Amino acid sequence: MKALAAIAAQTARLSWRSGGALVGVVFFLAVVTVVPFGVGPDLKLLGRIGPAMLWVAALLAALLNLDRLFRDDRDDGSLDLLVMSGVPLELTVLAKCAGAWLATGLPLTVVAPLLGMLLGLEPAALATTTATLAAGTPALILIGAIGAALTAALPRGGILVAVLVLPFTIPALIFGVSAAATAIVGPTPFLPPFLILLALTLFSLVIGPIAAAAALRATLE
Amino acid sequence: MQRGGRTLFRGLSFVLNPGEMIAVRGPNGAGKSTLLRIVAGLLQPTEGHIALAPKGEAEEGAIAHYVGHLDGLKTALSVHDNLNFWRSVWGSSASVPAALDAVGLGDLAALRAGVLSAGQRRRLALARLLMAPRPLWLLDEPTTALDDGGEALFAALLGRHLGEGGMALVATHGDLPVKVTTTLWLGGRP
Repeated sequence: MKALAAIAAQTARLSWRSGGALVGVVFFLAVVTVVPFGVGPDLKLLGRIGPAMLWVAALLAALLNLDRLFRDDRDDGSLDLLVMSGVPLELTVLAKCAGAWLATGLPLTVVAPLLGMLLGLEPAALATTTATLAAGTPALILIGAIGAALTAALPRGGILVAVLVLPFTIPALIFGVSAAATAIVGPTPFLPPFLILLALTLFSLVIGPIAAAAALRATLE
Repeated sequence: MQRGGRTLFRGLSFVLNPGEMIAVRGPNGAGKSTLLRIVAGLLQPTEGHIALAPKGEAEEGAIAHYVGHLDGLKTALSVHDNLNFWRSVWGSSASVPAALDAVGLGDLAALRAGVLSAGQRRRLALARLLMAPRPLWLLDEPTTALDDGGEALFAALLGRHLGEGGMALVATHGDLPVKVTTTLWLGGRP
């Protein structure tokens, strides 16, 4: 348990030190501030598309950083040591995902309500958007970890991770946005899409580490 | 063992007893590193197996330390934090300052690992061997980039490890500063 906490903390720390985590937040901020200029100052329209904009921006910002999740470890040789550490590789991957979430997913969730105000979201919509991002960003990172593990051995896999992973994150996006938008569009209940989003997160919590660990073992060859 | 369709070595067999050290020697590309990675459990041999006795005592990964060509350092973190990370991962109670002193890096603990020289990085990688007691050391050309003082420190570390009943499998080109029990020649003795 201590080992997993150490791995998660180191991943989060390195992500902040290398500036990767900050880039994600700045990218998120950039997308959200630019949209009103493109769409125009129609507050009603902005309020309606706001949750979707926040979700799309968060999805891209989260994927932006993921390509380095395992590549740095592979390049400097620590991946060999992590594989040999006696900690099951699946749990190591899970700990690294937790660290990546602390460094990218959590900041995105925290700044989302502030940026939502820029888009003129109502308080109820701010609450649902933040709740769905908190529940959905772990799924994005866990799914993204599979792509990051697959491309860890490639010299320039950065954009490949996003391309590979994007289709698999669409279910989380759909249910995340539809749950967040229930505060705006009216009588549809919040809970059913939100529960499906939670189910997607739990599903990727199981599939992500197992698949990523298998991919990492293959890259050792 | 085959790599990239080429057979590196076959019919290789050796036994390593406590307190013994095997030097693996041979020309470049003979498969020294590959052999070490197989013993470390990082590669699967095409045929054959590695047996650990006594069986079932520990998992394969957890009985061996591996120091490869790459030093496994995080350049953004300090020398102390680099070692302390592995201390936590291995759940060990070894002292970080003591290990740094043993490799002559005691004064540099607060320095970022990225500014270390190649020899100092190697010393830091070797300090990791002291962070958790493990019976088998797998060292891939451990003295690369080390100066004379570094080699003497390394010899002392390895000598103490073997003296305490440890085992070592060392891939090397030059002569090692420690008494070698057996030399394993890959790709023919020159």
